[in-house]
Amino acid sequence: MKHTISVLVENHFGAFDRVATLFSGKGFNLRSISIGETEIPEVSRMTIVTEGDARILEQVIKQLDRLIDTLKVIDLTSVIHVERELALIKVSLENASMEQIKNITDIFRGNIVDITNNSITIEITGPPDKIDATVNVLMPYGVIEMARSGIVALTRGEQVKPKNKINTLTN
Amino acid sequence: MKNNETIMKGAQIFFECLRREKVEHIFGFPGGAVLPLYEQLYDIDYLQHILVRHEQGAVHAAEGYAKVSGKTGVVLVTSGPGATNTVTGIADAYMDSVPIVVFTGQVPSPLIGNDAFQEADIMGITRPITKHNFLVRNVEELALTIRKAFYIASSGRPGPVVVDLPKDVLNASCEFIYPDDLDIRGYKPALKGHINDIKKAAEVIANAKRPLLYVGGGVIMSGGTQELALFARENKLPVTMTLQGLGAYPGTDELSLGMLGMHGTYYANQAVDNCDVIVSLGARFDDRVTGNVETFAKNAFKIHADIDPTCINKNVIVDLPIVGDVKHILAELAAEMQRAPDTNDWWQQIYEWRDECPLQYEDNDGRLRTEYVIDKLFQKTSGNAVVVTDVGQHQMWTAQYYKYNNPRSNITSGGLGTMGFSVPAAIGASFACKDKPIISISGDGGFQMNIQELVTAAAYKVPVKFIIINNSYLGMVRQWQELFYAERYSFTDLAASNPDFVKVGNAFGIESFSTDNPKEVDSLFEKAFEINDRPILLEFKVVRDDMVFPMVPAGGSISEIMVKRLNPKRITLL
Repeated sequence: MKHTISVLVENHFGAFDRVATLFSGKGFNLRSISIGETEIPEVSRMTIVTEGDARILEQVIKQLDRLIDTLKVIDLTSVIHVERELALIKVSLENASMEQIKNITDIFRGNIVDITNNSITIEITGPPDKIDATVNVLMPYGVIEMARSGIVALTRGEQVKPKNKINTLTN
Repeated sequence: MKNNETIMKGAQIFFECLRREKVEHIFGFPGGAVLPLYEQLYDIDYLQHILVRHEQGAVHAAEGYAKVSGKTGVVLVTSGPGATNTVTGIADAYMDSVPIVVFTGQVPSPLIGNDAFQEADIMGITRPITKHNFLVRNVEELALTIRKAFYIASSGRPGPVVVDLPKDVLNASCEFIYPDDLDIRGYKPALKGHINDIKKAAEVIANAKRPLLYVGGGVIMSGGTQELALFARENKLPVTMTLQGLGAYPGTDELSLGMLGMHGTYYANQAVDNCDVIVSLGARFDDRVTGNVETFAKNAFKIHADIDPTCINKNVIVDLPIVGDVKHILAELAAEMQRAPDTNDWWQQIYEWRDECPLQYEDNDGRLRTEYVIDKLFQKTSGNAVVVTDVGQHQMWTAQYYKYNNPRSNITSGGLGTMGFSVPAAIGASFACKDKPIISISGDGGFQMNIQELVTAAAYKVPVKFIIINNSYLGMVRQWQELFYAERYSFTDLAASNPDFVKVGNAFGIESFSTDNPKEVDSLFEKAFEINDRPILLEFKVVRDDMVFPMVPAGGSISEIMVKRLNPKRITLL
């Protein structure tokens, strides 16, 4: 099963590498990963999409939590959350008119961000399945290039309070 | 306000930090990138630097030092090859949770990434084999980083930490402030287990008919061996130990079943197979312990106490996990026990298994065997020596026949299985432990893997007794070739190429003796134990093709155990 995991990490040298090393070293499946700033300057948020059964997921979360640089690990799949992804898709105008592509872009509420005589680049934002649907519709016209950002996600409603490290006792 | 008196060079700050961490010994080897540190060492008298002959030796020495003392071992090496030579030792410390801090020199910051002379990306290289690693980017963060490194290495589940020190950081100056308090917000190791879980565990154990304690190295690291002894004795619980757990409970005590797992005793493994409650204490269900995880303690309620949450449900799904320091957990567990379980029938059964297949070896054909040498060593030292083993057959025979009576006296490379561990680790141990004899045992193969450290032993006159068990084979590999690879002894026969080990020892300035006669073992030990101010080397030429039994084949179930029975009335299961 697919899981979206949100990881808050110290914005330290090598924090991203530690997570990447963990996934390759432990043989965990890494479907997508994105990283960026948060409201706190020295903290970054990584959004990771991984796949595996409950036992593997338990290991993924615990192993991420064990890294010294990780502050919080949340399996978003178990809570109500919003997922978004951004894609830039460059479509050939050889087999399609500009109008056709513009119509499709409008239907998916995308934007046209670049245009030449031979190609048109659209920007589309939404849940990953919407991106998939857009790509599927555009594919027959000839997708020249595509870049997807990987998923970013947040819980809905109030912020999830920072969970202490498993079983932490303050004494 | 800046105080001029506390403005120091990075290299000075480094040693001030070590002084505050109460470091008394560091194992190292100099080189270009760490010259500023070696300049300082020239007149430092509050700690001793031990010069090894290869950086791998420095790390194993630090491991031996840490394991025997419970303190953090410290290593200092230069950049590039100095750093990469430490990798095997760091991986070894990571697998066996040994607290060490490895300081590696690095090329000056502006040159990092330029393929400078003796540059290696040791941060990238050691990331998967360290608990944490640091690159110090400026002199202002040096002191705090060192403070963090020692804290991380020694707290929680211990492990190796690497601190990479660019040369310009060591030459730069700043005000020296050593932080008293440390708060690493992403690192809060659990200390106490949940009391409700502990109460539940106590209830399950009290109602058990066939309980078993499965004890790992975590009990020794947490300092919980007295709590374990109290808990086991009050409740008359059988105790079996992992390779790293040996010494956590006295091997000569009647409750000890010895080691479990691939080369564990028949009765310990039968107890695992038949128990109804198994309590894992600071152990991690390693594959050499469990064999087939599907059949491991298949009918037992499994309780797992460990400080590292990632160990829970990693290899074997357990019924009751307790995350916390196992010393605390054991103390609370003992306090929560309402009554002791009735284990009389269970003990009768265990005695039957022990009578059916005790640990035994052939000793009446006049040929020298490893088991006999180890047994003699055990008798000579009453199980109270520090015995540092290498990897292979001699290691398993020592685990079986040397009944360690004290914690921190069994030092071996378990998880990584690093040949070449014993010689440097024993040297390191000898700097931390002055009141017990230090014995290093290696096979003839492993002995040659860090043989250069004999120089270190001789130079520092360490009172280590180096024992070589020489069967002129890479014996454990040979055993697998005999059992599982159609007796095709590919590249395991060393007979034609082995050196004369007595001459080797003598060349390093170490008195050395050799025998293949069982009758001479006692007198050689007599001689060796008279010498306490310098190293001595003993070579025992043993039967070449003996195999270690019992043996549960890799990934196998206890029912597949292979045992050698010497009593002719019984059938040999082979």
